[in-house]
Parts: sequence; structure tokens; C-alpha cells
Amino acid sequence: MEQRVYKTIGETLYAGKLENGLQVYVIPKPDYEKKYAFFATSYGGADRRFRLDGQWQDTPAGIAHFLEHKLFDTETGNALADLAANGAQPNAFTSATMTAYYFECTDGFEENLKTLLEFVSTPYFTEESVAKEQGIIGQEIDMIEDSPSHVMYYNLLKNLYVAHPVKDSIAGTVESIGEITAQTLYDLHRAFYQPSNMVLCAVGDMEPELVLETARQILPQEYHEPPVKDYGPEDEKPTVRPRVETAMAVSQLMFLLGTRVKAGKGGQAFLQNELTGHLAVQYLAGNSSPLYVRLYGQGLIASDFSCGFLSAPGYALTEFGGESRDPDKVLEAIQAEVQGILQDGIDEPRFTRLKKATSGKLIRGLDSVENLCYEQTECHFLGASALDRLDVLREITSQDVLGFVKENLTPEQFAISIVNPK
Amino acid sequence: MAKSTRKEIHPFVFLTHHQTPKFKTATLRLAFLTQLDREHAAKNALLPRVLLRGTERYPDMAALAMALDDLYGATLVPKVAKKGEIQCVGLTASFVDDACLPEEAEILAQMAALLGEVLLRPVREGGQLNAEYVDGEREQLLDEIRGRINNKRTYALTRLTELMCDGEAFSVFRLGTEEEAEGIDAEGLTAHYEALLGAAPVEIFYSGTASIEQVERVLKKALTDLPRTEPDFDMGTDVRMNSLAEEPRYFEEEMDVTQGKLSLGFRLGACMEVPDYAAIQLFHYIYGGSVNSKLFLHVRERLSLCYYASSVLEKAKGLLLVASGIEFSKFDEAKGEILAQLNAMCEGDISDEELTWGKKALMTDLRILKDEPSQLEDFYLQQTILGEDDGIDELIAKVEQVDKARLVEIANGLQLDAIYFLTGEENA
Repeated sequence: MEQRVYKTIGETLYAGKLENGLQVYVIPKPDYEKKYAFFATSYGGADRRFRLDGQWQDTPAGIAHFLEHKLFDTETGNALADLAANGAQPNAFTSATMTAYYFECTDGFEENLKTLLEFVSTPYFTEESVAKEQGIIGQEIDMIEDSPSHVMYYNLLKNLYVAHPVKDSIAGTVESIGEITAQTLYDLHRAFYQPSNMVLCAVGDMEPELVLETARQILPQEYHEPPVKDYGPEDEKPTVRPRVETAMAVSQLMFLLGTRVKAGKGGQAFLQNELTGHLAVQYLAGNSSPLYVRLYGQGLIASDFSCGFLSAPGYALTEFGGESRDPDKVLEAIQAEVQGILQDGIDEPRFTRLKKATSGKLIRGLDSVENLCYEQTECHFLGASALDRLDVLREITSQDVLGFVKENLTPEQFAISIVNPK
Repeated sequence: MAKSTRKEIHPFVFLTHHQTPKFKTATLRLAFLTQLDREHAAKNALLPRVLLRGTERYPDMAALAMALDDLYGATLVPKVAKKGEIQCVGLTASFVDDACLPEEAEILAQMAALLGEVLLRPVREGGQLNAEYVDGEREQLLDEIRGRINNKRTYALTRLTELMCDGEAFSVFRLGTEEEAEGIDAEGLTAHYEALLGAAPVEIFYSGTASIEQVERVLKKALTDLPRTEPDFDMGTDVRMNSLAEEPRYFEEEMDVTQGKLSLGFRLGACMEVPDYAAIQLFHYIYGGSVNSKLFLHVRERLSLCYYASSVLEKAKGLLLVASGIEFSKFDEAKGEILAQLNAMCEGDISDEELTWGKKALMTDLRILKDEPSQLEDFYLQQTILGEDDGIDELIAKVEQVDKARLVEIANGLQLDAIYFLTGEENA
């Protein structure tokens, strides 16, 4: 495997690729008790339309998540139970653009890794188990539809996007998952769970070559071209619908507002864009910004206020949200602050301090093995390496940030989603 | 290898020092320990928030936030925890370990100084805490207390303990009650703050690369002005062994939800007389606290009665709570099966496999604590409050020794005290 040493952050990355196209990463953490493996496919809730073997296919919402649930079934039982019985703590999640299966353990890593690779690459579905799962996931859908932050988030996305499937809940609806059959799941598994569409990333006290060799031994040898995805036509700018409100059982009005950002290019340009967006949003409204302090002092935002820049394959957005008595005032204040930045430019000492703070947070983020695997994998799907972030950060200038604000945060681009107390 | 030492570094100020080279993040947590009660819980919860609004040197949030950014994006956040009937309030700092930065950075020393500044030199007006800060934070605290209903899963458990432990200090919410919070003003909070500074025992936790001498030196300097009078060590948790009434009490509330939340509250009973926490925790893992637990495998997976079903252990108070999310119509079936699984354990239905699985899961969790500074911090605080000396390795060794008979004994001591059901409005 290729060894990349990151001296400034004290980490080493081992990278290797199998003949079947699987990318393998190992980041040794010799002092750690836990060993962690993360096996992910570049396939998530938003990947509903794709071309395979020359054929375009459209699939119902919620299917990637459904497949994630069902993949734990094996001919002899359930992989979740097998891993747990061997002392591992397994889990999985489906995001808009990724499905990941992972475990952590202290002993029996190799055996657990084999189990992980085996069950994810060996589908076993029956009509009966699919029908049963429709009931379980139906419950899960009910539960998340009770969650104000979930409803608020998807309402915002529906404001920002017309066509992009990221606007639909990852779990789908009771109706959309009702269309799923065992055959659909087999077809999608064949399409998206090819090693060439996947990453295996492991962190902990382990031999890098062992991880690569185990994958070689368990996974199919053959290379298959991964499917081509289609997120529909690029949505028009600016924002589709500036505002939506709903009422739920919450104690206090909650809001989420944001702007749609054009999905960036891959490679280093992705990291550059991600960090520039992060700095821009933090400069504008992060908790050391004058705006934050003012809004907090006026009681317009609470300590739960947060803001960020979310960027993934195919979509990106800025978001600002929390509880408030008057979210429209918060929106106005953010828009006015943007105007101020456009007029006065970026304050250099404040920008330098923000970069210093961001570098510290990136360094501290390296302690979390979960984070490392997730970010390394996500960056890989975008042609980048998460461990390059500190170097990329160093090169970002205040002019880059100003450019981001100009392009992505001007007042007319904002949309707001509000959940009122019932 | 990591090692932990606990030492009194100032009158009734105890430092737990956990030296380890493996993290890039260093942690420093300071907590005042006080008896949880209805009268003071909200004041305690409010205090760290007010202190973080501004100090003599950093008079407002902007100045404080800038100082933290300058320390490579360090964070300093309020910490309020409820451990049994003891409330722990204070501040937690996370920052880049000096070993990862150029030598002149000296973040630990600056962080300790900042912690001392926030704790001891808040902005005052005429001797009292700044009224604007107190009023602003009181409203925020009130919103947070009211915000309990936003997460239905945790809300159902909070309501269960409130109703079940009515009349016991444990029923007081971690952040206090709305009524009490509403009545707080700058004068009252200042008096409470000064009393706390003088009398409450302080537990400090440090994890990072610095030696105990270094940490002790910077902390002593930072806390020189901490005025200590008479220590108030008179605190503890009242453990009720039995259920309150002959039949379990039943509570039902309605809310606009699409999924019902069924929660059951048990008193751990006889095993709390001389608690063997290794065995109690293992019991909890096998019953409902892990992926291969009886509740997960039978109630959720095999019978599909719940979307989730798991147990929560309140060690210090001797409670075991079961949380589940169900369809409204499945109430009887789900409750019946949750109790049937416990009954099975009472009758000795614990397979060798289940025992092995439970032990593995628990021992893994305990080992993994060593990889998470924030959880380590919580572990040591919990041990101090329980009066337990065991470190992680000692506890693991004890878990290994637990046998089936001990678990059956624990199961038989459990008493169902209350059931709480959060149901939909149209179903009530």
C-alpha cells in the first residue's frame, strides 16, 4: 500500500486499490483501544436515477435506506447479531449520497472485518422479510416525521430545490417504500454495491496490509463499471420559494434558513470550496462574529444557534438555525450583515483568528476515528483526501471568502423554514 | 500508557489527572458538586451560563469568543449533570494539546487562567452579577427547560422519572423547574454563587499530555482567589428499594405525536443494599442495554412490537428504565413482552451465549471509554460520586467474574414502580 505521512498533524495514511476497484484506506492509531472499520458505497437517498448497462432507471424514494436495513439479513440469520456476538458494535446509516456499514471493537478485528465485508457483499432478501421491513420502516418514518428538525430541514430543502432528489426524505414515505420488492433490492445491490463504487476505511491499532488482504480475499474479484448517476437538471437560481411555515408540538419557534450553493468540483477544489464556505459562514454568523453576539444579546437567537456549510457530491448549502422569537429579524440581520461585508470587505485580523481557530478544530477532529473514516470516505467520493485539509486551509485568503459571500450569500438567495409551536 | 491520579490541590478541590499521549485534544473540566433540590437546581444550572457572558478582562461574549479563537479554537462550555441526586455544575474546556503545537503556544496554561477568570471574576455591577446577563440567560434557560418536549424519546423518560419519583429529589429535572427559574434575579443568583464558591466540593478532571505537576501548578495559580469556607460534603442519593404502591402506578399523557412512547420504571431493589455495579451493569446490558439484548432481539427484532426498545440504567439512584417507541394500538402487547423478557431472566432464562455477548459488549464499551476524553471525564466523575475506587481495568475484571446466578438474583429484586405512556391526541 502507498504510505502518505502527514508530518504536521502526526498522522499516516495507507492507501491501496484492489483489482476490483475497491479503494482501501488505513489510518493507524497505535494507542487506541478501539479498532474501527467503515465500509461504504457511493449510493444514498438522493441517488434515485441512474444508468446501468446503457439503461436509465428511476427508483422510489427511500430505497437506499431500505436496502441498508435489509442487507443485515443473512441466509443464516442477522449480521448485526453476529457482529455483536463477537464483541463488535455494528451500525449503519444512509445519507443523501452514501450508505455506510461499520463496527467498532477491541478484540477479534479480523473476524469482524470478514463478517462486515461478507454481509455487505452478499445480499439475501425474501418477499416475506421485505414485507416485514415495510412495517418496521413505516414506524421509523412515523417517528422521524414527528421530529421538528427533520421536518424543518426538508422544508428548507424543498424551498431551495425543485428537481434535485436531495429534497426528499432519505427514508422515503410509507407509499414509496411500499413499492419495493426483493427483486428491486437485488437489482440495486448489483448496481451500487460493486467494489468499484465503494471504500473500505479502517482506523486503529492494526496492520494496514491485513485490511487490504482481507478485502481481497472476501470480495468479488471482478471489476464492474459503477453506475452513472443523474440528479436531474441543475435547479435554477435564485431560490425557488423564500419561505415555508408549519406547526408542530414544540416549545419554542424553530427556524432554519440558508442558501443553495452550486455543487463544487472534485479534488483539491472540493476541499478549497468546503473550507472557504465554512470560513465564510463562520465569519458571517459563527459564535465569535459580531452578528452572533449582537443577536444573542438581543435575545433573538439562543445558545442552540448554529451555522454551517454542508457540501456533498451533487449538492451544497449554507444553513443557519436554532430557536428564536422572531426569525424574520434574524434573517434580516444576516442579510444586512452580508451587505456590510460586501461593502466593507473582510477584516483581516478577525479572518486570521478564525483560520487559527479552524486549524485547531481540524487538529482536534483527528481524535475521532468515526469522523476520520467518514470524512476520508466522503472526500474520496469527491476525489480528495480529508487529511489534506490543514494544508488547503493555509492557502485560503480573505478574498476567497469574500468571493464566496458574493456568489452564494447575497440576500435574494436566502430561504427560510419555520416550525411554529402548535 | 495512561495513568490516573486523584489529588486535593486546594481546600476541597480535587484534581483527577489522566495523563495520556494519545489525544490531540486536551480536556479540562471543573465541576461544583451540590445536593440536587427543587429550590436550587435552576440557579445551579444558570450559573455557568451567566459566568460565560463576560469577565473583568473579557467583558462580553465577543471578547471571550475571540480569546478562545486565539487559543486555536478552544471551547469552554457550561456543564450541568445529574448523577443520582447530586447536581454537578461547572465548565468544560477542550483545546489542542500543547504537544501538537509550537512550544510557545502554551495553551494549557492560558486555558487554566481563562477558566479561573470566568469562574472567579465575572462582570459585576455594584457587587452583583450583571443583571442584563442574568435576565438574558434566565430566559434562555427557561426556553431550554420548556424545550424538553421537543425530543419525545427523552421527554418520555424524563416524565416517567418525574412522576415515578414524585417527592424524591431525583424527580427534579437536571436544569431545574420553570417555576424556580422564573424567580431568579441577579441578587439571588449572586448570593447563591458566593455560597457555592465557598462551600461546594470541586472536582477537576484533566486529560492530556501534561504532567500532574504542570497541571497542578497552572490550576493552583488560576484558583488562588477561590474563597473556601466550610466545606459542604453533606450530600448523597436516597435510594428507595421498593415500589411505592402495591400495583405499578400508571400515567398517561397525550400529545400531537404519531408514535407512542411506552416507558417503564423499575426500582433495582435488594441489589442496591451493597451494590455490585459490575453485575448490575451487566444485567442491564443483557436485558436491554445492548444490540444483542433480550429487548432488542425479541421485542424489536423477532416480534416487531417496537421501533426501539432499550433499557437505561440510573446507577446512583438504583433505577432501571425501559424506553420504547410503539404504535398506539400495541400498548398491551409491547408491555406484556417487555415484562415477559424480565420474567424469563427471573426464572433463570439467560443462555451462556447471552452471558458471553453481554460481557463482551460491556467490556468493549468500558475499554473504549479510554479512547474518548469526554466519556472518561464522565466515568471518573460518576465513580467519585458513587464512592467507587475502581478504574476501568478493575471494573472490567469484575465484569468478567459475574455469573448467571448473580444476574438472576438481581432480576428477582426488580420492582416495577410506574408505567408512563405518551399517546396521540386522538387516541386518548
